[in-house]
Amino acid sequence: MEEHLVVAVRTDGDVLLARQTGRRVAERLGFAGSDLTVISTAISELARNIIQYAGDGEIMVGPANEKGRTGIQVVATDSGPGIRDIELAMRDGYSTGVGMGLGLPGARRLMDEFAISSEVAKGTTVVMKKWVRGHG
Amino acid sequence: MAVPILKQGEYLIASIQAALTDSDMLTLRDDLMTQVGKFRSRGIIIDVTALDVMDSFASRSLRNIAYMTKLRGAETVLVGIQPEVAFAMVQLGTSLEEVNTALDLEEGLSFLNQRIKDLR
Repeated sequence: MEEHLVVAVRTDGDVLLARQTGRRVAERLGFAGSDLTVISTAISELARNIIQYAGDGEIMVGPANEKGRTGIQVVATDSGPGIRDIELAMRDGYSTGVGMGLGLPGARRLMDEFAISSEVAKGTTVVMKKWVRGHG
Repeated sequence: MAVPILKQGEYLIASIQAALTDSDMLTLRDDLMTQVGKFRSRGIIIDVTALDVMDSFASRSLRNIAYMTKLRGAETVLVGIQPEVAFAMVQLGTSLEEVNTALDLEEGLSFLNQRIKDLR
């Protein structure tokens, strides 16, 4: 129950695997209904970002516990080029890739907590959490 | 996993059976574009009932399919978006504004019948 699952993200098939793994973990942690869809969607956006901008990386999903609340924590890590201007990357509609530019800001809206750190030429880490309703 | 496309009179019906990878989605686009020309189809129904996630890539791809096939003279309607998926799409901020949608296959068919009657 307390384990963290790691999915290596290299291909578009891994995007599916990452979000399906996330959904399974979320279910076990007590999430239901639209929360499961919301969490899988956020994971999908981060996984695709990894492929698109870094080439490869990983997504780790596991439980989050804080002040008596329980939830899910998703950590997306890559050692890609990094993000030069995080504020700009978090803006809706901003994209240097082929997407809608919704990946990061969209994922932030879907989750309860969202933190991003990035260093140019080193990589990017996104940590996001969602709390089980009634505990948050 | 390839999406089966059924030819039904003037329409093409694509029933997505399970989660699609990005390349499956692009294959669906190419297949529909080919078949619209081959069968001179007037309408396309894409059934997304089986999709449990519609992220920004899927939304953008479906929007592109609708627009590309419209340029070839076919009207697309998206059917079966699940309530949880609709909820997540709104939070994510994806836009399918210009894409026709209907509750299910039946509603999608009557939408196309009406639309094509109006166009004649």
